[in-house]
Amino acid sequence: MALLEVKNLGISFGGLRAVDEVNLSIKKGQLFGLIGPNGAGKTTIFNLLTGVYQPTDGTILLDGVSIVGKSTAEISMAGIGRTFQNIRLFKNMSVLDNVKAALHNHEKYSLLAGIMRLPLYYSKERQMNKTAREILKVFDLDKEENYLASNLPYGKQRKLEIARALATRPKLLLLDEPAAGMNPNETAELMDTIRLIRDKFDITILLIEHDMKLVSGICEQILVLNFGTELANGTPEEVLNDPAVITAYLGE
Amino acid sequence: MKKNNTNQKINHNISVKNEKVNLNAIQKEKKAEAKSAFNIKNLVILLCIIAGYFLLAYLVEYRLNRQFKSLIVPIGANIILAVSLNLVVGFLGELSLGHAGFMSIGAFTGAIFTLNMNLPGNIEFFLAIIVGGIMAAVFGFLIGIPVLRLRGDYLAIVTLAFTEIIRSIINTLSLPAGKDKAGELIVKKGAMGLSGIETYANYTWIYIAAVISIIVVVNLVNSRQGRIITSIRDNHIAAESIGIKVSRYKTMAFVIGAFFAGVAGVINGHNLSSIKPVDYDYNRSINILVFVVLGGMGSIKGSIIAATILTLLPEVLRPIRNYRMLMYAIVLIAIMLINHSTWKSRLQGNNLLSKIFKKEQVSE
Ligand SMILES: Nc1ncnc2c1ncn2[C@@H]1O[C@H](COP(=O)(O)OP(=O)(O)O)[C@@H](O)[C@H]1O
Ligand SMILES: [Mg+2]
Repeated sequence: MALLEVKNLGISFGGLRAVDEVNLSIKKGQLFGLIGPNGAGKTTIFNLLTGVYQPTDGTILLDGVSIVGKSTAEISMAGIGRTFQNIRLFKNMSVLDNVKAALHNHEKYSLLAGIMRLPLYYSKERQMNKTAREILKVFDLDKEENYLASNLPYGKQRKLEIARALATRPKLLLLDEPAAGMNPNETAELMDTIRLIRDKFDITILLIEHDMKLVSGICEQILVLNFGTELANGTPEEVLNDPAVITAYLGE
Repeated sequence: MKKNNTNQKINHNISVKNEKVNLNAIQKEKKAEAKSAFNIKNLVILLCIIAGYFLLAYLVEYRLNRQFKSLIVPIGANIILAVSLNLVVGFLGELSLGHAGFMSIGAFTGAIFTLNMNLPGNIEFFLAIIVGGIMAAVFGFLIGIPVLRLRGDYLAIVTLAFTEIIRSIINTLSLPAGKDKAGELIVKKGAMGLSGIETYANYTWIYIAAVISIIVVVNLVNSRQGRIITSIRDNHIAAESIGIKVSRYKTMAFVIGAFFAGVAGVINGHNLSSIKPVDYDYNRSINILVFVVLGGMGSIKGSIIAATILTLLPEVLRPIRNYRMLMYAIVLIAIMLINHSTWKSRLQGNNLLSKIFKKEQVSE
């Protein structure tokens, strides 16, 4: 059974059909690419998957359970983590606290334990620090743990966002243009990191990218979107050789 | 050409200055990793708290004149109000103008409680503080639940209206004010307020109450729940995406803030001995907000200092009566300028107190 099963997904904003009849089937452990030109509806699909928008049509099953109608927070707890195209960090919090905030559902203690500084507070906080630092280390951010998130350079902010999403221990990680604004070197390095985390954290990744070449380098399967509808769906070779894709990307 | 040159120079200067400021802000204080509550830092804090109490007792008993003695309770009450409002405005990032309303609920609930009870003084006052705080918290919950779901500045509008509505409601109520000598229940018109409230609030009570509320807010802010609250402030969409139930934690912070406003109200009532609904109007909410803004959003230490200075100030300026408000305004502006200058951070860097209270700064 697929980890994520999306059937006939659609949403309209007023008259605009932003996403229409999209089908997705992502297997556990897969690195799946979602590409398409600007305005194709990629980010909208992420927003539908995470409950930011409610679909007008279609079904979304995560591990066989429908997540349509659930709140964003509930979907996060059900196992979908995400990053944002326009970075959304907790800017005035430290790098470490950004990740620790995302651990809140895994290391719990009561309000009273926190205020009274009961032993549970100290043991859980220490556990959180340990876990958060391990995750930061993967992204080479461990030396900046006390920086304010807003003081990190751009590339590291993108990484911190992925680290934060990972800290929620998602089954499925959605990355919205993680390489946007990076130079080719940074991009190549990031793609290596993405592959690494897929293996290290044993998760499934759905990746939005602008750049066809980049995605085809690391993704096992790709869905090409155009004007909200599927243009092609298959392995990188199949998609790259698809006449419809070539037309849409290279023009007539 | 020449003009161009000077421009460049100016630009250069500005950027250098910015860099300096940034260097100060770039790295957050590293948190000490303690294994339990019994560590050296907490011991030092405990000793400071005890020493602070004896210093206060010494000042009140031997040094201060009547005028300043009478300011101890108001200063403490304002510290409680400022610190608890900072939790809502500075850490949660929601603008609330309801603190006077919650104070009013606390003051009247507490006064009705002590006027109608016949318990030993300290027990009666302690219970009144708890009851007044809880009553304010209940109202905070009732307002917070619907309003904090909305995005935008609805909370400011609703809490402003709430403060005024509470005032008019208490105005129209008939309040039980204890029994007279014949054992008959005295009923007072709300608009007349309550009088004859026992003045239980002394420097010991206010010191304990202020210290507890500061500790509660500081510990809260540096806990799992506090991180959740500040993450909502920084980006509520991202907060939801990591599984945070935003309206739940917003309500939590708001209710805790309301509780302490209620506590401050009870103490205020038992300091003045007579209270009227008009004492708690929106002006008072604004005054508390001024403490928070001047002290710095999200800075507990700043709230404490601002509340203290701005409570003392009108009294200190009493001799120059005619210029009092003018001076008050000048001091407000001066504090604002100092807040944004570099020597504030320099001051923070080298002073002992700031080293002890490192944790507080983490969320500044
Ligand atoms: N909340 C919204 N209201 C109206 N239109 C929207 C909304 N969100 C997205 N759209 C529209 O849907 C289309 C797809 O947008 P988007 O998913 O952001 O594209 P992209 O593939 O570049 O991520 C665009 O035309 C956009 O204007
Ligand atoms: Mg997009």
